[in-house]
Amino acid sequence: MVQAVGHTTIGVVRDLGRAGWFLLYSFYMIVRHPPSLLHILKQLRFIGTKSLFVIVLTAAFTGMVLGLQGYYTLSKFGSEGMLGTAVALSLIRELGPVLAALMVTGRAGSAITAEIGIMRITEQIDALETMALDPFKYLVTPKFIAAMISLPLLCAIFDVIGIYGGWLVGVKLLGVNPGAYFYEMEKAVVWRDVYSGFLKSFSFGVIIAWIGCYKGYYAGHGAEGVSKATTESVVLTSVIILVWDYFLTSVLL
Amino acid sequence: MITLRNLHKSFGSQKVLNGLDLDIPEGKITAIIGPSGEGKSVLLKHLIGLLQPDSGTVEVDGESIVALRRSELNRIREKFGMLFQNVALFDSMTVFENVAFPLEEKTALSKEEILCRVLSALEDVGLKNVENKFPDELSGGMKKRVGLARAVVLNPRIILFDEPTTGLDPIIKRTIHQLIKDTHAKFGFTAVIVSHEIPEIFDVAQHVAMLFRGKILQFGTSDDIKNSTDPAISQFISGSLDGPIQMV
Repeated sequence: MVQAVGHTTIGVVRDLGRAGWFLLYSFYMIVRHPPSLLHILKQLRFIGTKSLFVIVLTAAFTGMVLGLQGYYTLSKFGSEGMLGTAVALSLIRELGPVLAALMVTGRAGSAITAEIGIMRITEQIDALETMALDPFKYLVTPKFIAAMISLPLLCAIFDVIGIYGGWLVGVKLLGVNPGAYFYEMEKAVVWRDVYSGFLKSFSFGVIIAWIGCYKGYYAGHGAEGVSKATTESVVLTSVIILVWDYFLTSVLL
Repeated sequence: MITLRNLHKSFGSQKVLNGLDLDIPEGKITAIIGPSGEGKSVLLKHLIGLLQPDSGTVEVDGESIVALRRSELNRIREKFGMLFQNVALFDSMTVFENVAFPLEEKTALSKEEILCRVLSALEDVGLKNVENKFPDELSGGMKKRVGLARAVVLNPRIILFDEPTTGLDPIIKRTIHQLIKDTHAKFGFTAVIVSHEIPEIFDVAQHVAMLFRGKILQFGTSDDIKNSTDPAISQFISGSLDGPIQMV
């Protein structure tokens, strides 16, 4: 019993240390041996551009639901004119960064783990090493940079689409005054709100690339190993995003 | 010259290498033979630092590669090329991109020079008009040839072959063996081949080492091993079920 607990504890500590080293080494490689522009652009296309559709779709419906729920709540206090503020602050401070990150985790984070995991089990990573090339430069750091750039941009798109989703429901369907919707929003939203949303997105980008690459890099044997790594990657990334979001919000409030 | 001394390696409770000693001669083709699961590929990965021993030393040209920093290990690895058991071609790249990749990353050659070198390397292994194909569009034998072209394109001094003919038909096997001999004759590299191909490997390799129970049972010329009186080696060469090698 004691032996089993000790064995598990050592395993957890070892994994944490390895994951921490992985993150630090990734940043070291970004600074000391930056990847080529072509590799970064390829990953920007994969993580950023190809996530656009799902981001726009999610943002539109999130904004529309916020419009409905916000109207329902605010109308109880006769404050329907504050709908724009409620939608914008919810999106910019919280829902935009978090939902965009969760969508990218499902779409790109899982694919990152699967891609690197397959390269691991088919010895493609070993092949890079035997060529005296650092796999981080080709497989890991381009994804880190692309995720750090893409997530804030996708978050901005999410916010804008979401705000117009709320506008569509609130103003066009439920009859909220269009001037009030945007005027109140402009008065209430300050730079600090936008800044905190972007900061969250940026850090979520790091988490997605970190966990996605780490889980793939140390994937187990065979198809089952890659499948397990991919599932763990999505679950762990989503959980870390939500936990980290709480800590960041408490600091930035 | 590659020298291995008192090499030990275990995975969990399974002891794979158990005080192994071996000197791999320079400029020759050396084959490592032995029953499946005896650690031949593990041994090969120690030569290039893909695995680190639990204890013992691996020296390449008199320089230990055990516990080296990554940058120092990479300096040693520049002497090597490797053909993996599953070839390990980059599956998102075409044949041309696979063979050109080491040239683009490790040399300052122009695009035209790289084009020439890649086409020449592919021609050396008997491949034409496959440059734009992806690895999954190739047969097993063609993949091995592309892997061989990628391994030799930088003219390394040492090339490691991990079961280069496993899973291929007899004619392709012979073709790959002949290619290894021809490229060796052309470039003069040190070759280490892990193989199960008995008796064909005796025609390819100049030296053979038999790995059994974590140690080199015998090292010698192909004729020495073929004519060995050691019961394990005789059994392995003859494929007999009776003898010290028990698979069940």
